[in-house]
Amino acid sequence: MAHVQTGRTRDPRKGLTEPAAVRWALTVIALVFLTLFLAIPLAAVFTEAFRHGWTAYAAAVREPDALAALTLTLTAAAIAVPANLIFGVCAAWAIGKFQFRGKPLLITLIDLPFAVSPVISGLVFVLLFGRQGVLGPWLADHDIRIIFAVPGIVLATIFVSFPFVAREIIPVMEAAGSQEEEAARVLGASGFQTFFRVTLPNIKWGLLYGVILCNARAMGEFGAVSVVSGHIRGLTNTLPLHVEILYNEYQFQAAFAVASLLALLAVVTLVAKTIVEYRERRSHEPAHEGAPA
Amino acid sequence: MSIAIRNVSKQFGTFAALRDVSFDVRPGELVALLGPSGCGKTTLLRIVAGLESPDAGAVLFDGEDATSRQVGERRVGFVFQHYALFRHMTVFENVAFGLRVRPRAHRPSNASIREKVTNLLKLVQLDYLGDRYPSQLSGGQRQRVALARALAVEPKVLLLDEPFGALDAKVRQELRRWLRRLHEEIKLTSVFVTHDQEEALELADRIVIMNEGRVEQDASPTEVFEHPASPFVMNFLGNVNIFHGRVEQGRALLGPLAVDYPEHASAVSQPAAGYARPHELEVARADSGNGLWAILEIANVAGAIVKLELLDDGRRQLQVEVARDHYDALNPKIGERLYVRPRKIRVFVG
Repeated sequence: MAHVQTGRTRDPRKGLTEPAAVRWALTVIALVFLTLFLAIPLAAVFTEAFRHGWTAYAAAVREPDALAALTLTLTAAAIAVPANLIFGVCAAWAIGKFQFRGKPLLITLIDLPFAVSPVISGLVFVLLFGRQGVLGPWLADHDIRIIFAVPGIVLATIFVSFPFVAREIIPVMEAAGSQEEEAARVLGASGFQTFFRVTLPNIKWGLLYGVILCNARAMGEFGAVSVVSGHIRGLTNTLPLHVEILYNEYQFQAAFAVASLLALLAVVTLVAKTIVEYRERRSHEPAHEGAPA
Repeated sequence: MSIAIRNVSKQFGTFAALRDVSFDVRPGELVALLGPSGCGKTTLLRIVAGLESPDAGAVLFDGEDATSRQVGERRVGFVFQHYALFRHMTVFENVAFGLRVRPRAHRPSNASIREKVTNLLKLVQLDYLGDRYPSQLSGGQRQRVALARALAVEPKVLLLDEPFGALDAKVRQELRRWLRRLHEEIKLTSVFVTHDQEEALELADRIVIMNEGRVEQDASPTEVFEHPASPFVMNFLGNVNIFHGRVEQGRALLGPLAVDYPEHASAVSQPAAGYARPHELEVARADSGNGLWAILEIANVAGAIVKLELLDDGRRQLQVEVARDHYDALNPKIGERLYVRPRKIRVFVG
């Protein structure tokens, strides 16, 4: 690199940055906002949870209904996330690698769960599978319960967390194009080998990022699940629903204790997300510059 | 291995990419598919590789119909225009890929993969870069890795899509010569696609010139340059001066020029055009017959060949290339009237 020396080194961006006062003001505004709306509420959750000490906290968390809610939340996420992982990869594969009619429609459909209110998506399932619903009589005849039961909760969770994986990897796949896959096929790789050895390594960080976001949404979902759950304690209550019930019964400390579990899950998710983002950036930057020809 | 392309057609929507294309590639030959962008040359290459399937026609390998054979079974080496190296694999793993994905029964041992890849990297002079990633290589190096990767599966045919398109002029020159030598060494039947006529003329044993999905001419480089089959080929292979006129009674009358044209003996006049390359025109101060007067506008004297631009009385621009010695001896002035005479002119009717 041959820089022209001009006495002292100059910041090349200098002419483009705002004056110091503006920079400081913007930073302060952002920090105040973050503190007010994110940090204080999070701190409040934990303060309230531990208001009556560790024993009360442990008791609230170990209470059978709370444990059942935790189990149900984890179960729903454990089904919804892998399902969306598979659906998401399939959809992204189709969109990113092939040209076909109705592609814009498919992309719009994938975004649908983002666009509609979760309560409405919950209602859709009630209208489909509920007692008065389209498939209700048939389900009743065959003794299958979906609404006000675990399957309904899993369905609603899958629905609301569907877009995350697909949305994350579609741009990655589109950017990568299909030449590497074609090269693999010409070299004699089978479809499976091509996917696992070429496609997957190229999208892995995007995929992981999508899975983390999908998981966060799956565990935290309230509206859609609330509609289809029926709020049967110990049976169809997820953690967010359980928090609401406790709060409505004026058991504030217990409500916050359970809420702190959710908050902890969120913090873990965010840490995982940060690590993935860091690794993703690293994987796009070569360790050193390319050698000259 | 020989390749035969028989009446291949391919349509993309309403666009006819290939229309009834046929030609042969003999074993060990290096053939260039030359044409402007959109002429169907890359589509044809992809059909030979099995990455696209033709709507009609067949591709024969050694006389056997390979049209329905899967990509992976065709034993072709394909070098993509932008190399398509696996970006998450090292150079070594890129080259080894084709060997590692073989079914267990045919997969070489790790030691023999190592030996083979090392040899290939030596062949492309990159054995010292085995543990680098593609993003750490220059364009020319990537190109050679892509070639080594394609050769690793011991292909019977090597197909290259614009192999030098993404490289700068100097690297392109070097790689061209290197590829020519490599081809002489391994004698692998090869087809490469290019839009650069110089590249095709320098590198190929034979050139197939394509335009709008059809083969315009299929001949040796000398043949296509000296005896172009159509005005398109004439135009595509370099600069030309065009003289419009007509043919009748065995003569072509092209404005100020007249040449014999025995192919058209009929008295019925037909429109025609005469084509002459810049180096086939000569300039002089004296009228030596069958030429035209023109005024010298521009003389570009940088290089061994001097490029002149002249305007004749009909405001037609003429391009002339003369040797430096000749130019210096003549020493013409800008604005001077000179006599331009074609040494050779090709006439195409229609």
